[in-house]
Amino acid sequence: MRDAVGRIQSVLLVGGSSEIGLAIVRGLPRADAVVVRLAGPDRPDMERAADALRQEGVGRVEIVDFDACAVGDQTHVVAAACADEPDVVIIATGYLGDQPTAERDPAAAARIVDINFRGLVPLLVGVAQHLRGQGHGTLVVMSTVAGERPRVANYTYGAAKAGLDAFARGLAASLAGSGVNVVVVRPGFVRTRMTAHLKPAPFSTTPDKVADAVATAIARGSRIVWVPGILRWVMMVLRHLPETLFRRLPG
Amino acid sequence: MLTGWGRTAPTRAIVARPASADGVDEVLAAPGARGVIPRGMGRSYGDAAQNAGGLVVSTQGLADSVELDSGSGRARVSAGTSLGRLIDAVLPQGWFPGVVPGTQFVSIGGAIASDVHGKNHHRDGSFCEHVWSIELATPGGGRMSLAPGQGASDAFWATAGGMGLTGIALAAELQLRPVSSAYMRVDTTRTADLEHSMGALADADATAQYTVAWVDLLARGGAFGRGIVTAGEHARPGDLDRTGEAVGITVPPNRRLASVPVVPARAGVLHPTAMRVFNELYFRRAPAEPSRGIEPIWGYFFPLDVVGHWNRLYGRAGLLQYQFVIPEAATPRLIPMVERLVADGVPIYLAVLKRLRDVPGPLGFPIRGWTLALDIPAGAPGLGVALDRLDASVAGCGGRVYLAKDGRLRGEFLPVMYPRLDEWRAVRDRLDPDRVMRSDLDRRLSLVAP
Repeated sequence: MRDAVGRIQSVLLVGGSSEIGLAIVRGLPRADAVVVRLAGPDRPDMERAADALRQEGVGRVEIVDFDACAVGDQTHVVAAACADEPDVVIIATGYLGDQPTAERDPAAAARIVDINFRGLVPLLVGVAQHLRGQGHGTLVVMSTVAGERPRVANYTYGAAKAGLDAFARGLAASLAGSGVNVVVVRPGFVRTRMTAHLKPAPFSTTPDKVADAVATAIARGSRIVWVPGILRWVMMVLRHLPETLFRRLPG
Repeated sequence: MLTGWGRTAPTRAIVARPASADGVDEVLAAPGARGVIPRGMGRSYGDAAQNAGGLVVSTQGLADSVELDSGSGRARVSAGTSLGRLIDAVLPQGWFPGVVPGTQFVSIGGAIASDVHGKNHHRDGSFCEHVWSIELATPGGGRMSLAPGQGASDAFWATAGGMGLTGIALAAELQLRPVSSAYMRVDTTRTADLEHSMGALADADATAQYTVAWVDLLARGGAFGRGIVTAGEHARPGDLDRTGEAVGITVPPNRRLASVPVVPARAGVLHPTAMRVFNELYFRRAPAEPSRGIEPIWGYFFPLDVVGHWNRLYGRAGLLQYQFVIPEAATPRLIPMVERLVADGVPIYLAVLKRLRDVPGPLGFPIRGWTLALDIPAGAPGLGVALDRLDASVAGCGGRVYLAKDGRLRGEFLPVMYPRLDEWRAVRDRLDPDRVMRSDLDRRLSLVAP
């Protein structure tokens, strides 16, 4: 249960080795006896993350195998992932892929959509049902500004995240009054392993800054968070820019 | 969405409002997967009367009823009846509840579940020490009549202070106290600092039936912990009020002067500087020399009740009340503990000091020693860490935190603070073997089962 000063007892991170996801877990106000569950396809990476968390004093870290590309019933994954009545669930799975490849190889394009969106939908449905049943909790969904308006450099990724973003906002509406809050996080360019090979775009940020913004959003009950905050206004302008102009923008 | 009086950590539950005892039985017969908890007036500060995803049984659908035997002062009262309504019914006939807490907006069921204490605790003990019997609807044993002196007295004492987790109280038979007026004769003493406040309170306990100290923990330097110690007795007919008129049993009006609207600001309208000024004025309002006066019963026992929804003053972030007790032997540690908390930057807007004695229940809060109740804005930065540290000090010297006020204690402290926890769990399990009775407090602290 979340306590009166907002500390959590149990958190589930989907995308269990995600740098941003782990930064969010670390940034949450937590009880000493917190249980952290990491769910993802990459067990060795998650084991390493789990060890690091344990060394930082996290009471218990568990690992759940979850593959967004796997087809079939995910009920047992949801049950295992939600075993400790999570106060916060973070969906931080992210796969940028390679846009030029995705333009030549339909399977590569589908993979980007699978990991970032399609494969998460059954999980989100299951998790939402679980949270609704427990009558409390916060679902944090990592979206991106790249989903706001497609760009040549990463539009498959952007489209998949846009789908996830829309789905999460719909879920938020359906969960109104259920005791469950949904926070959609739209960071700009975040400097992580996933983007290490790219040149940082304007308004780039770091996992720790995203984590701070998410912790504040959970405490305040915000629904949509831009990181950095100014992106909200930047994107408001960019959304309405003529396509010819938009295409020429740097980054 | 439900919260406690502190308006922190809201969760959703389905609220049932059965209109009869049979209705309560029906709810307990089909509790659902997430269990059931009773809720009275919602005045527990934390999450004691919440049950996320489950059922909350409001006792407010049950009709208020007070059946008084005006000869003996025994009264059978339905569980949803508030103390205020009980007083309305019995005071004109010369009776008053054995124990009342700082608000009249507490149901009889809630007063039992928290085994509340009051200004006369040093003399008369806690609420349940004035209860002849409790009629309890239990998931395991159906409706039971529990009494303190008889066969199943362990079930009575597990229910007293049992945070509603033994079953749903339907009614109780109370022993009331005879009084001859609706007024209090109050001696007021101003104190210079915390040590002086403690001394004056201990002195007052020796002579007066009702005592309490308001202390100013926002004052700096030598004035830290200065306070106002009040010592009260029920006024006798013939005592004169401020206008020179003799007081009697005619009950003065029970007024609500104002009500606070919803405050949209997260931090509310209270501010440390403003509260410091308020405390200064409040302190100076009390006469510098010890003095005696007559006060209506309502204002004496329930000073905050005149402002409706006063918890809203703390804004959206809400309010946290940290009430702890430390044993008599740890008395010298009280002042350093409070000083540490203030040094940690915790703003304490309201602080009330009182001396307690042991109670019989295994989960009862009072032990012989000192209790401090601290009102703190829940959004204060660093509050979690500072209170964790205080928890450790309190547990370390044999003290405990009051569960009826709690919203943030960590489960690992529970068995340390409440050494009779397993004894309580065993009796509780007998009344509710399938663990139907659940609450957010229970889930957060693993109260019912480790």
